[in-house]
Amino acid sequence: MWQDVRSRLHPRGLEIVTVALDVDVEAARPSVEAAKAEHPSLIDQAHVVDELFGIVNVPNGVWIDEDGMIVRPAEPAFPGHNPIMDQLRNVDVSTVPPEVAEMLTEAKKIKTDPDAYFAMVLDWVEHGANSRHALEPEEVIRRSMPRERDEALAAAHFELGEHLHRGGDHDAAIAHWRESHRRFPTNWTYKRQAWELEDPMRQGRTEHYEGSWFDDIKAIGAENYYPKLLP
Amino acid sequence: MILTELEIDAATFEARTGWAVRPEGACKAEHCVVLPPEARTADGKVAVEVVAEHLGMPLVHDAAAKVWAVGPDTTVTGRALTTARVPELELPDFGGNPFKLSSLRGQKVLLVAWASW
Repeated sequence: MWQDVRSRLHPRGLEIVTVALDVDVEAARPSVEAAKAEHPSLIDQAHVVDELFGIVNVPNGVWIDEDGMIVRPAEPAFPGHNPIMDQLRNVDVSTVPPEVAEMLTEAKKIKTDPDAYFAMVLDWVEHGANSRHALEPEEVIRRSMPRERDEALAAAHFELGEHLHRGGDHDAAIAHWRESHRRFPTNWTYKRQAWELEDPMRQGRTEHYEGSWFDDIKAIGAENYYPKLLP
Repeated sequence: MILTELEIDAATFEARTGWAVRPEGACKAEHCVVLPPEARTADGKVAVEVVAEHLGMPLVHDAAAKVWAVGPDTTVTGRALTTARVPELELPDFGGNPFKLSSLRGQKVLLVAWASW
C-alpha cells in the first residue's frame, strides 16, 4: 500500500518511512517482505515512536518537512482503500458464527477517510509550506496528544515491559503492560500489542488484562476508534 | 529510555530524550530549563533522578530486574510534542541495520506507524 504511494510521490520529493510497532520482529517481517518496499522499513519493538511523536494507534502518519520540522503531528493515515478493511465491510454477517458477527458489526462502524488523506498528502507534496494542510509549529504542538504524568508513566512502563519480555521474562512484562494500559487507556498500541501476544486471533479477554479489543472498542463506540481527520 | 544505572553519559541521555544537559541547564530545541548544580556529577555525567524531576519525566524501577525506565518530559508543553522540531529517531531496518531519520533531511518525509497485530 505505502509502496504505491511511494512510487507515485517519490519522484516529486516525498520519502516514506514505515515503522512497525511490533515487539516480535518476525511477526512484522512477512508483510515487509511482501511489500518489496523501496523506502526505509523500520522496526520499533519498544514503541518509542509513541513517546517521541504521540502515536496512540495505527496506521498513523507524521509529516516532516525538508528542514526537519514536523508540519502535521500523528493522525490516522490511510493512503488508499485497505483491501482487508474493504473485505471485512463486505462480509455478510448472517453467514458467520454469532460471536464473529458481533465483532464484524462493530468493526464495520470504524471510520476511515482514505481519499481525503491521500488528497492532503498530495496537496502538501505539490505546495509544501503553502499547503493549507502544513501547520505552523504552535498548531503542530497543540494538536499532538496531551501528555501528563499518567501518559508519561505509561510510556516508561511499556518500554520496561518490552525490555523484560525481550529478555525472556514475559510474566514481569505483563505487570508493566497492565500498568501502561491503566495509565493510558486511549493508547491502542500498548493495549493491542499486549492482548495480541496472549490471543493472536482475536485480542480477546484473558486472565492477564482487564480489557480486550472487542470490549474496549464497544466501550468507546467503534466510530470513535480513529479521531476525525482535520483539514 | 531503559537504564541500568542512574548516572549516565550526557550524549546517551540526549540521543534518546532530545535533552542536552549542560552546566547551565537542559535544552531541547527552543526550550531551556534551569537545573541545580547536582544535575551533573563531578565527572560530568547526568544525574538522571535530578534531571527527570525537573523535566517531569517519570522514573519507573523494576527492582527484580535491576533496571529503570525514564519516561518523556511533561512539564514544558504538556503535549506529546515539546517542539515541532523533529526528534532524532534511530531504529533498525529488518536486516538489523541502524537507520537515522535525520539522514533524509532535505526531503519531505511521511513517517508511517503500522503493526502486524
